[in-house]
Amino acid sequence: MKVLGKPRRRVDGRAKVTGQTRFADDVVLPRMLHLRLLRSPHPHALIEEIRTEKASAHPGVHLVLTGKDFPVSFGILPVTQDEYPLAPEHVRYVGDPVAAVIAKDEQTAGEALELIEVKYRALKTISDPLEALQNPEPRIHAYSELGNIHRLQAFEFGDVDEALGKAHLVFEDMFFYEGNTHLAIEQHAAVAAVDPDGKLTLWSSTQVPHYVHRSLARVLQLPASHIRVIATPNGGGFGGKCDVCNHEMVAAKAALRLGRPVKVCLNREEVFYMHRGRHPVLMKLRTGVTREGKLTGMHLQTLVDGGGYGSYGVASTFYTGALQTVTYELPRYKFEAARVFTNKPPCGPKRGHGTPQPRFGQEVQLDKIAEKLGKDPAELRLGMVAKPDSLTANWLKIGSIGLAECIRQVVERSSWKSRYRKSGFGKGLGLACGAYLCGAGLPIYWNKMPQSGVQILVDRSGQVTVFCGATEIGQGSDDVLAAIVAEVLGIDPFTIRCVTGDTGITPVDLGSYSSRVTVMMGNAAIQAAQKIKDQIALAAAEQLEVAPDRLIFSNGKVFFESKTVTFAEAAGFAEEKFGTLGAVGSYKPPRAPGRFKGAGVGPSPAYSYTACVVEAEVDPATGWISVPKIWIAHDIGRTINPVLARGQVEGSVYMGLSEALMEEQVFRRLPPKLSDALVHKIPSLLEYKSLTSLDMPEVDTVLIEDPDPNCPFGAKEVGQGPLLPVMPAVANAIYDAVGVRIDELPITPDKVLKALELKAQGKEGRVGPVSFPRVPYPEPVEVAPPWEGGDGNAKKGAEKPKLKASAA
Amino acid sequence: MQRHTHVSLNINGETLEASFAPYKTLLEVLREELQLTGTKHGCELGECGACAVLIDGEPQLSCLVLALECAGRAIETVEGLARGPALHPLQDAFADLGAAQCGYCTPGILMTAKALLEREKNPSRERIKEAISGNLCRCTGYQQIFEAIEEAARRMAHESTR
Repeated sequence: MKVLGKPRRRVDGRAKVTGQTRFADDVVLPRMLHLRLLRSPHPHALIEEIRTEKASAHPGVHLVLTGKDFPVSFGILPVTQDEYPLAPEHVRYVGDPVAAVIAKDEQTAGEALELIEVKYRALKTISDPLEALQNPEPRIHAYSELGNIHRLQAFEFGDVDEALGKAHLVFEDMFFYEGNTHLAIEQHAAVAAVDPDGKLTLWSSTQVPHYVHRSLARVLQLPASHIRVIATPNGGGFGGKCDVCNHEMVAAKAALRLGRPVKVCLNREEVFYMHRGRHPVLMKLRTGVTREGKLTGMHLQTLVDGGGYGSYGVASTFYTGALQTVTYELPRYKFEAARVFTNKPPCGPKRGHGTPQPRFGQEVQLDKIAEKLGKDPAELRLGMVAKPDSLTANWLKIGSIGLAECIRQVVERSSWKSRYRKSGFGKGLGLACGAYLCGAGLPIYWNKMPQSGVQILVDRSGQVTVFCGATEIGQGSDDVLAAIVAEVLGIDPFTIRCVTGDTGITPVDLGSYSSRVTVMMGNAAIQAAQKIKDQIALAAAEQLEVAPDRLIFSNGKVFFESKTVTFAEAAGFAEEKFGTLGAVGSYKPPRAPGRFKGAGVGPSPAYSYTACVVEAEVDPATGWISVPKIWIAHDIGRTINPVLARGQVEGSVYMGLSEALMEEQVFRRLPPKLSDALVHKIPSLLEYKSLTSLDMPEVDTVLIEDPDPNCPFGAKEVGQGPLLPVMPAVANAIYDAVGVRIDELPITPDKVLKALELKAQGKEGRVGPVSFPRVPYPEPVEVAPPWEGGDGNAKKGAEKPKLKASAA
Repeated sequence: MQRHTHVSLNINGETLEASFAPYKTLLEVLREELQLTGTKHGCELGECGACAVLIDGEPQLSCLVLALECAGRAIETVEGLARGPALHPLQDAFADLGAAQCGYCTPGILMTAKALLEREKNPSRERIKEAISGNLCRCTGYQQIFEAIEEAARRMAHESTR
């Protein structure tokens, strides 16, 4: 390897340190107007009347839009097209957009918003999942499955009750994971403009230009060929720019109406209300273990607070169950989930998408299991790590798995054996593991087309231009693209020009989410680069009079022994021989073995694995938690650029620790004399607590390379997986330090103090959920695990989940 | 109606004339009147540090400063860091060592770090942590930022002894 694995400046590094990276709000066009949205002050209401005359007459206002201008709904998932760019009649959370003003500047638009008169009829606010279960009416959405339950899912892979019945011990625990938000420093922004030929271009800080493109065509009722979406480099994404957004649709419509460019940039408060972040999840986990510390079965129930719209919620809910099986050997598994609608900002995907919540529960429960069995938590896990090239109970295909080595590394480097349970009161270590996807096996819109495409152009100057729809969100997707092409062609990555994230000129790539880019774009890039290399090799071989397969491409040269030409000369020979040089590559994940309905969420070309040890110090007098050091080992398959890979791991550790200790997207009621509305408690960067440079511990990062055959040069994901073990490792470290269990996140000093007080009173030293409501889960879809004679299909008659009689 | 004020501002050693409404912040004038979009914004309330620039050598949040107040003072932004094609040692170190991921908080941190290194040639890790504690970064976990500032300090010391 000449390029891969070597620490190196990223190809877009210079732009970033000179302030020249052009983010969406940096786009300035002649005659540009500014858009602002009027948002609902009510969490749940019907719109009876909107009067816009005064706003329209305000000097400097060019256009006022309302729900009437947008008859067509949209949504990221085909099954939940439940949002309108501007709500026509029903608002579902404080912040739901109802009208828009386009004016000469932001200030004028803001003044005019105050002149719009909206008459609302308030509906009962559904503020949390319990209220949603208890109040089927008023319905937040007519299409929900049962009352205000958006979606119910139930799957059983083998008879779990029997498995638990035969277990030596059965552990039943409840956990709660509070919602939190992405908090990218860049606020969402977009600029829409009508091109000279009448077509629409939208620049937007989006992770998913392809889906924005689709949605704009639908909402604007325009042919997709007349719309071009350019994803500007995102100033942080973390899943927060994965959804299709109201402001993108409205800006596009306004630009088309006015024939002038229109810019919108959300303010920080609006970003908090747009949200689409981590779902709050209540979990109940029953797990059976043998005397030797093997799992016999697991039954997971989740209750997921979705907020006001569908967003990615159906997928998020599946993900609260799907990946529990890929880390450890688990013979039988049952998963029941319910996502409810509430009158809060919609939840969606945040780093780890639906999996950090159950991972927290599972890894804390394993800590309890280890203690009860008198085993070391690391040894317990090492004894049950899933096997490479195996199938899971729910029919996921595991390829490479470097988890055991990850565990050994963090154990060794943290001096685990001499410090765990031996650090004295107030100090402790905690260990946890995690696993994540390298891209979803199936696309959001089910089809057989590639999920990523790459096109390469090479000319006689030796210039290489690579086109791909993948989106640079800071993770380094352009660098991965350049590095892989450079490796294949034997050239310097800095000579390559990347053109990415532009639906008008790049092949489709589905976007930067689900940790799919390195694997999917990377495989497509290898294919395209290899085709070009083959052409160049044939032509150069003729000139050099050697066999093409003997030629080496390296250091910008094409050679065999002393016969050498430069890459540019070789490209020239190829252009002479074949004409203009270009090639495309594409990638589609292998078909997953599961055949049952619901098997579409969870499969991935490969899974990444992580183990983490957290050191915690807890002051029993104040409950204050400090974390001096974290050790983390991540099975990355192969490292493309170690500088960036380490950055992804440490960024994940940071975000995970911040979620573990302080981040929460929480709400409060305004006083009744104001409006009683359910509003965000802390919609500001100052009050929504996140770790600063002063709070960040030292991180010891190890990258484990266990190459996966499905991945480009074996490279797996690194952007999300390393977040997963951090939260449970913190909880486990706190237990080791002061002997109390905080079974909910975030773990704040008040909770630690409360648990210590309970313990001092002789009660259970624990803070966390104590009851799980009755949820009308349907009869599960029954699927036999592979080792029980299953073929991946649901058992006869179980294909369609039925609601239980009591739930009707 | 809005009456514009005419002010000359000293930005990156250059005198620039600008005409803007008197309530405009320095951030707004830099980005919207002078097209110096290298300075970013994350809250416009003084919470995130993305808009930090140097005013008379001190890091200041440009979203909290009126542009009017800046007449006659030396303003430095990220656009003024490089000398022609040569990057400032901080910029080189940030690019080489992964201190910029999405790059959005980067200009504010670079300017804050520049002020630190001008005061202290060889700051400790603790001093670096303190200096940038008002600049939020959601991508890196800060560690590579600390290392880049330390590396830049080393490179600057090396250059000054040559």
